[in-house]
Amino acid sequence: MIINHPILGPRDSAEFTYLGDAAMIDRPDPDTASPQDWHDYAYLRDNPAGTHRELWWHEGGDRSWLVITRNTLTHEISKVEIARDVARKMGRSK
Amino acid sequence: MTQPNRLAGGQINRDAPLNFHFDGKAYQGYQGDTLASALLANNVRLMGRSFKYHRPRGPLTAGSEEPNAMVELRGGARQEPSTRATTAELYHGLMAKSQNRWPSLAFDAMAINDRFSTFLTAGFYYKTFMWPAAFWEKIYEPIIRKAAGLGSLSMKADPDVYDKGFRHCDLLVIGAGPAGLSAALTAGRSGAQVILADEDFAMGGRLNSETLSINDAHADAWVAHSIAELFAMNNVRLMPRTTVIGAFDHGIYGAVERVSDHVHIPDEGKPRQILWRIYAPKTLLCAGATERPIAFDNNDRPGIMLASALRSYANRWAATPAHRIAVFTNNDDGHRTAIDLHAKGVKIAAVVDTRLDAPFSDQYEVLKGAQVIDSKGRLGLTFAELRLADGSERTLECGALGVSGGWNPNVHLTCHQRGRPTWNDDLAAFVPGGTLPPGMSVAGAAVGLFSTHDALQSGAAEAKKALGIKGRAAPVPKAEDAPVTQTPFWYVEGCSRAWLDQQNDVTVKDVKLSHQEGFRSVEHLKRYTTLGMATDQGKTSNMGGLAIMAELAGKAIPEVGTTIFRPPYTPTAIGAFGGRMRGMEFHPTRLTPSHFWAKERGAVFVEVGNWLRAQWFPIAGETHWRESVDREVKATRASVGVCDCTTLGKIDVQGTDAAAFLNKVYCNGFAKLAVGKTRYGLMLREDGIAMDDGTAARLEEDHFVVTTTTANAAKVYQHMEFVRQCLFPDMDVQLISTTEGWAQYAVAGPNSRKLLQKIVDADHDISNEAFPFMACANITVCGGLRARLFRISFSGELAFEIAVPSRYGDALMRKLMSEGEEFDVTPYGTEALGVMRIEKGHAAGNELNGTTTALNLGMGRMVSKAKDSIGSKLSERPGLNEEDALMQVGIKPLDASQKVTAGGHLMKATGPVDAAHDQGYVTSAAFSPELDSMIGLGFLKDGGNRKGERMRLVSPVTNLTVEVEIVSAHFVDPEGERVRA
Repeated sequence: MIINHPILGPRDSAEFTYLGDAAMIDRPDPDTASPQDWHDYAYLRDNPAGTHRELWWHEGGDRSWLVITRNTLTHEISKVEIARDVARKMGRSK
Repeated sequence: MTQPNRLAGGQINRDAPLNFHFDGKAYQGYQGDTLASALLANNVRLMGRSFKYHRPRGPLTAGSEEPNAMVELRGGARQEPSTRATTAELYHGLMAKSQNRWPSLAFDAMAINDRFSTFLTAGFYYKTFMWPAAFWEKIYEPIIRKAAGLGSLSMKADPDVYDKGFRHCDLLVIGAGPAGLSAALTAGRSGAQVILADEDFAMGGRLNSETLSINDAHADAWVAHSIAELFAMNNVRLMPRTTVIGAFDHGIYGAVERVSDHVHIPDEGKPRQILWRIYAPKTLLCAGATERPIAFDNNDRPGIMLASALRSYANRWAATPAHRIAVFTNNDDGHRTAIDLHAKGVKIAAVVDTRLDAPFSDQYEVLKGAQVIDSKGRLGLTFAELRLADGSERTLECGALGVSGGWNPNVHLTCHQRGRPTWNDDLAAFVPGGTLPPGMSVAGAAVGLFSTHDALQSGAAEAKKALGIKGRAAPVPKAEDAPVTQTPFWYVEGCSRAWLDQQNDVTVKDVKLSHQEGFRSVEHLKRYTTLGMATDQGKTSNMGGLAIMAELAGKAIPEVGTTIFRPPYTPTAIGAFGGRMRGMEFHPTRLTPSHFWAKERGAVFVEVGNWLRAQWFPIAGETHWRESVDREVKATRASVGVCDCTTLGKIDVQGTDAAAFLNKVYCNGFAKLAVGKTRYGLMLREDGIAMDDGTAARLEEDHFVVTTTTANAAKVYQHMEFVRQCLFPDMDVQLISTTEGWAQYAVAGPNSRKLLQKIVDADHDISNEAFPFMACANITVCGGLRARLFRISFSGELAFEIAVPSRYGDALMRKLMSEGEEFDVTPYGTEALGVMRIEKGHAAGNELNGTTTALNLGMGRMVSKAKDSIGSKLSERPGLNEEDALMQVGIKPLDASQKVTAGGHLMKATGPVDAAHDQGYVTSAAFSPELDSMIGLGFLKDGGNRKGERMRLVSPVTNLTVEVEIVSAHFVDPEGERVRA
C-alpha cells in the first residue's frame, strides 16, 4: 500500500506500523468516566468490512501518528490525517 | 552431433552451438533455444512422467503455461526442481534431469499406477487412507509423496545471491508482444517513464512464433526496429526475462527478473534473480492469450501439443517434434500451424477440423467435421484415431499432433484484487471484467482482441488513454486483421480417460465423478479433483474442467462461475522472496559499543532481539558455562564487575511538561522528583497490566532520561509517542530515542566507586554523601569527556551506570579494565546479570510477561491514586485485586542440590497435583553462588502471606517434583544496605 503522508507525501506502507482503531484516541476523561467507559475503551474495537479509521505510526519516517481512513475490503485509502490534529479537534489537550 | 528434427530458419544462432545434458546424455542445441526446443530438435519428445499415473509426457506448450515438461535443472547445490523445459533458456553446459520416474524415464516402475487408474480417481486419497488415523503421517503420506510427481531438493544451501529492488515509472507495460510494444512506443515517445517487462528472453511475444507481416515486411523486422527505438529512449526501461507475478495494492507490482538463470554460474557480484517492487500509477496488461486444448482419449502422449506450440517450435526455434504431423482444430488458427509447418517442409498428415465448413487447402488434406478420438504410441505418439464426418473411423499416422480449441485471454493479473472475469459469448472465453486493480487497463489478446492489427491499435490507444497523451496518435502499422471466431468445443463426445489437466492427471471422467459425488461448485471441483493446482495453476486446463462441469450441471459457463487467480503468476523461488535476508542477514545485527573488545576477550555472544550481547566471558580452564558465570557473579559481589547495558532503551524526554508527561506514562509519580535524582518507574498498559519498567533520571528541570528494557525499547517508544501525540497533543514535551547515542556500562560491586573515582574527573564528587543511591549527574571523565553517571543498581551491589557518547564506548571499556586491574575487575555477561537480578529479586521480562499487574509484582502501592496515569483506572478492577491474587515470591529447594525450573508450577505440600489445585508458577530460576543453591522467582496466590510455607514445585513436562520453601524474593541483602554503601 502507499500512504499519502500529509507532510511527507506518498510513502510505502512498509515504513509504517499499524496499531488499530482510531477510537483509541478517545481516551475517557478520568474524572467522569464510568468503569463501563473504561472497559469499552480498553477492549471494544470496531472491525468493519468497509471504511475504517485507524492509527498508523510512521516508525521508519518522521515518527508521526496518522489517522488513516481505509476501506478494509479494497484497501483504498480515502483520507490521511495527522493524529495530533485529530486529537485536538476532538478536544484533547494536556 | 546431429539434430534430426532441426528445420531451416528460426531465431537461433547456428554459429553458437551449445552442448548440454539431459538425463546424463549429451546433446547439442543453439543459442536462442530453450531446453524443450533443443530436445525436440534432437528428436526427444519424452521429457517427464505424470504426477499420479506416471504416464510418459512431453511438452504441451512452448511457454510458461507448461504442465508436463518439468525438469530438475543444474545440479549440486544449484539444483532447482520442477522447472519448465519450455522456458529454460539453453546455455553451454546446462544439466537437466527428468523427474518423477524410477529407475529411468523410458522405464518407470511407478507407471503401474496407470493400470490401477480405476481406483486412483479423484478423491482416492481422501477415501482410501482414512484409517487408521495414525497411519497418515507416518506411513501413507511419505509413500504418497515419494510416488507423487515432485522434483527433489538438493538439501544444500543455495550458493547464489537473490536480490530485491525498487523501481518507479509512469506506465508499466506487462508483456512485449504487438500490443505491449505498440503501447511502450506510444508512451515512450510522449516522454513518460515507461517500464516494459516480459517473461521471455526475447521480446516480441507471439510475433516471434508467427510468420505474420507488419508494414509489408516480416514482423521480426518491426519487432527489432521497435526494440531498438525503445532501447534508445532514456525514459524507457526494457526488462526481458522479467515476470510480473502479482498486482498488489495501490499500483505496486511484484516482478521477478531472472538475471542469471541463463548462465551456468552467475557472474561475479551478480544475483541469480531479483525480486522487483515496481511502483506504477498506471499499468497496461498486454499478457496475450493461451491456446486451449481439446480433450480426447489418451490426448497426453508425447508429441501431442497445442497447435500454437508446434508453430512456435517450428517458426521461432526451427524445431519439430516429428517430420509427419497432424492438426486437430475447431478454428482457423489451427490451420496456420499446418500452413507454417508445411512451408518448412514438414509433412502434414491431415488437418482434422471439427467444423463441416472448415476452409479448403490445396497443400494438405482437410478432414471436415472430423474428430480425433484416441491416440496410440507407447512413449510417444505414433497414430491418431479419427472419427470422420460420416461416422467411419480412420487411423492417421503422425509423430505429432497440434491441437487447437481456440484462445483464452490471459486475465490472471486482472484478478489479483478479486476482479472476476466476465464471459464473452463471441469468443467463448473469459475476458477481463469486474473491478480491475486501480490504474490497470488491458490491451491486445489479453482483452480478447486477437488480430495483430487490433493488438497494435489497442496497445497504442490504451497507452494514450492511461497517460492522458494529447494529440493525434502515430498511425498504426499495417498488419493482418483477420476476423476471429471461436466456438466452444471442449472435448470429444464419449471420451473418458481424456486429460484436462495434465499436470495433476485430471481427466474428463474425474470431473464427471466430482459432479456425481456432489462436488459441483467450481471451488469444490478444484479441490476434489486438484484440477488447476500446482505449478501451472490450470492455465491450459481450467476452462475445460469448467465447461464440462457446466454441461453436467445443465448450466451456462458464466453461471457455474470461475475460480480467480492469485499471485504469483508463475512459480517463484523462495530464494527470491528471501533476497539477501538469509541466515544472520535475516534481520539487522546490532553490535554494542564494547563488542569488539568483548570479542577479543573471547566472549560468548547471545542474540537479544537484534542485539548481540556478551553472555559470559570464559577464561582459561573453564569448560562449562556455569563455571564462568558463577565466577563472574562472585567476583562482582566481592570486588567489582562491568557489564555493557547499552542495549537498554534510552529515551530523552524534554520540555516544560516533561514531568507531567512521565506522570501519565508511569503509574508512579515523577512530578516531585528532584533534579539530580533517578527513580524506578513502572509502565502499565491501559488495561492495568504491567507493560515495562525502567528508570527515569531527572538531569534538568525539563530534561529526563528514561530507560526501558532491551526487549521493549521500540514498543515503549511507540507507546510514549502515542500518548504524546494522540492523548495529550498540547503537552510541551519532545521525545527522541538515544539508545545508540550513548554507550552505557554498569559498574557494580563494593569497589565500583573506587574504580570510577580513578576515571571521573576530580571536580565531580561521587562519594556516598555527595552522590547517594539513586543520584544522577552530567559529569566528565578521563579529562573532559562528557558523561552521565547514574547511581542505580540491578545487581543489588553498590553500583553505577556510566554513559559516554557511543564512539568513546570501546575506549571507556578498555579504560575501566586497565584502571580496574588493581581491583581484579571482572567483565560479566547477560547470564551473570540475570543471576544477580534473580538473587536480588528484581523483576525482568519473565515477570513482566503480559499477564501480571503492579499488585502481582509486589508494587501495588506504587500505582498513584493522586493522579491519572495510563492503566491506573483499570488496575483498580476487582478482578485484578482479589484477596488471593498472585504475588511475587522467592523459591528455594529444601535440598540445595535440587533443581528449580522456570515454568514449573507450585502445588501445596500435600493433595492433588492438577490444574484445579494450582497455586502459582515459577518465572525465573538460576543457580545462586551466594546461596550455593538453585533459587527461583515466581508468582504464588496470596504469596505475601505464605513465606516459610513448604510446597511442591512440579513440572510434568520434565517429570520434576521438588520440595521447596517459599521465601522473600530478595535473596541477597534484603535491607538494601549494599546499594546504599
